[in-house]
Amino acid sequence: MPGSIPASASSASPISYPWSAARRRLREGARELPVVPVTILGVTLLAALFADALAPHDPVLGNLRHRHRPPAWLAGGDVSHLLGTDHLGRDILSRLLFGARISLLVGFTAAVVAGALGTAVGIISGYCGRWVDQLIMRIVDAWIALPAISFAIFLAVLLGPSEMNIVIILAGIFWTRYARVIRGEVLSLKERDYVRLAVVANCSMWTIMRRHILPNVINTSIVLSTLIVGVVIVAEAALSFLGVGVPPPKPAWGLMLADGKEGMMAGYWWVTLFPGLAIMLVVLAANLLGDWLRVRLDPQLRQL
Amino acid sequence: MTRFVLKRCLYALGSLFILSVTIFLLIRLTGDPATLLAAPEAKEADLQAIRVQLGLDRSWAVQYVHFVGGALRGDFGTSLYYRVPAGTLYWQRLPASLQLAAVAMAISLLVGLSVGILAAVHVGRWWDSVGKLIALLGLSMPSFWLGLLLIYVFAVSLHWLPTSGRGTAAHLVMPAIALSGYFTAAHMRLTRSSMLDVLGSEYVKLARLKGVPETWVLVKHAFKNALIPVVTLAGINLVLMINVAVVVETVFAWPGIGRLLYEGIEFRDFPVVQTVVLLGGVMVIAANLTVDILYAWIDPRIRVER
Repeated sequence: MPGSIPASASSASPISYPWSAARRRLREGARELPVVPVTILGVTLLAALFADALAPHDPVLGNLRHRHRPPAWLAGGDVSHLLGTDHLGRDILSRLLFGARISLLVGFTAAVVAGALGTAVGIISGYCGRWVDQLIMRIVDAWIALPAISFAIFLAVLLGPSEMNIVIILAGIFWTRYARVIRGEVLSLKERDYVRLAVVANCSMWTIMRRHILPNVINTSIVLSTLIVGVVIVAEAALSFLGVGVPPPKPAWGLMLADGKEGMMAGYWWVTLFPGLAIMLVVLAANLLGDWLRVRLDPQLRQL
Repeated sequence: MTRFVLKRCLYALGSLFILSVTIFLLIRLTGDPATLLAAPEAKEADLQAIRVQLGLDRSWAVQYVHFVGGALRGDFGTSLYYRVPAGTLYWQRLPASLQLAAVAMAISLLVGLSVGILAAVHVGRWWDSVGKLIALLGLSMPSFWLGLLLIYVFAVSLHWLPTSGRGTAAHLVMPAIALSGYFTAAHMRLTRSSMLDVLGSEYVKLARLKGVPETWVLVKHAFKNALIPVVTLAGINLVLMINVAVVVETVFAWPGIGRLLYEGIEFRDFPVVQTVVLLGGVMVIAANLTVDILYAWIDPRIRVER
C-alpha cells in the first residue's frame, strides 16, 4: 500500500540517520565484499556449527595404536586421518573442527561483552565529564598499563581454568580499549547542535546518551570489535598454550599447540602446523574484515 | 612546563594507586589468599596460621597499607617454590628479558623501517604489496606458533641453531625473531604512513623544487622527520616486549621474567605471579610518563593543550 510508506518513514526517529547512512554504505560495499576473509570466517563458522556431523572421529578419545600418524598424503598416512594424529592417537582434523567451536565462541563472546561494557563506560565517561570522567579514565589508564597477557595470566591463576572464566578475563581486560576510543568520540559528539538541542528540550541524560550518542558511536564499536576478536582469539590460544586457559583434554587450538611441542622435536610437525595455521587464518580474516569495515563505516578511526 | 610535568606525574601516581588497589582487591575478591599460598593438602589450622602470619585477619585498609609499604621497600613476598624473595628472582631474571627485547627491537626496527620506507616511496607498487603482506602476517601470526615453526625448521630439521636455552648468540636468534614479528609489522605500518605524511608536506615539495636530488630529499628531509613517531612507538614497545615475552620465553626456555611468570603458574607460586604483573604495570606507566614529558619538551604545543 503506497500510503503506508510515508507513515512508516515518519515513524522512524530522526536519529536513525547515522544508522541508515552506514547501512547504505554497507549495502553499496556488499558488492565488493572482501572475499578472502568472509570465506575463511564462513568456513570456520560452518566447521564450528557442524563439527559433530563433519568430524570423522571423536575429538577427545584417541587410539594409542594410531599415534603420530602423518597426514594422508604422506607415506604411512591413511585416509581415515586426513591431517594425521597426535601423541595420543587423536584425529587432528576432528580436533581442529571442534576447536573452531571453542575459539569462535570464546573470541566472539569476549569481544561482544568487552564491547558492550567498554562502549557503555566510554559514553558515560565522555558525556558526564568532570570527576566521573577523571575517575573512569584513571582506571582505564591503569588497566591499559598492565601488559594484557601477564594480566590475563594473573586473573586466570586466580579464577582457575575454564572457557567461562577466559571470557570474563578477556572481556575484563579488553573493555578498556573500547572505553578510551569511544570516550574520545563522545567528547566531540556532545558539542554537536543536536545534542545541545536535546539538552534544551529537557531530554534526560539517559535518553541523550541512548538515543543521540550511542547510535553515533556504534559503528566505531563494531569496527573495534572485529579487530579485537583477532586479538582475543590469540590471547585465548596463548592462555591455553600456557595451561591456564581451556582445560585439557578439550580440543582448543592453543592446547593442541602445547600438545604438539614434544612431538615436533621428534619430527611430527603436523601436530603443530595445523592448529597454528587455523589460528593464523582466523585472525588474519578478522584483521582483514576489520580493516575493510573501518574504511566502510568509520574512515576517521585510524588508531587501535 | 613545570605545571605540565607535575600534572603528568600526578596522573601517573594515580594510575599506580589504582593499579595496586586493583591487584590487591582482585586477590581478595576471588578467594582466600591463604589457599593460594598453602599446599593443596593443607589443613584448616595451617591455613589459619598463614592468615595470621600474613596479617590476613586484619582489616583490608591495614592490609593494603602493609602491601604497598612492602612493595615500596622492594618486598613482594617470598617465592613459595624457590624460598627466596620474589623481588630478588625478578631482578635476577630481568637482564635476560632486556637482552631478548633489545635484539628483537633491533630486528623489528631494521626490517620495519626499511620495508616501511620502501613501501612509502613505491606506494601502490610491488614493495608496497610486500609491506602489506609482512604487516598482515606479523599481526596475525601468534608469536609462539612462529617460534615453534622456527624451531622445527632451523633446529630440528637443519640443525643450524640450538632449540632452546640461553648462552651463545645463536641461542638469541630464534626467540628474538619470534618476539619481533608483531612489532615489525607495527613499526612498518607506522613508518609507511609517517613517511607518506612527510613526503606530502610543503617543505619536501620545496626541496624537490629547489632541485635537491631525490635520495637526499628522502634521507635528509623526509626520513629524519618521519622517524620521530616511530621512535616514540619503539620506546613504548620496548617496554611492552619485555612484558609480553612470556609465551616466546616459554617456547624457547629463555630464562627471563616471562619464563619466571610461567614457572609461577606451573608451581602455583602466587607471589611470583603477582610481582611480575605488578612490576610490568609499573614499567609501562613509567614509560608512558617519560614519553609524555619528552614530547612536551620537544613540542611546546602539547603543554598548553591539556
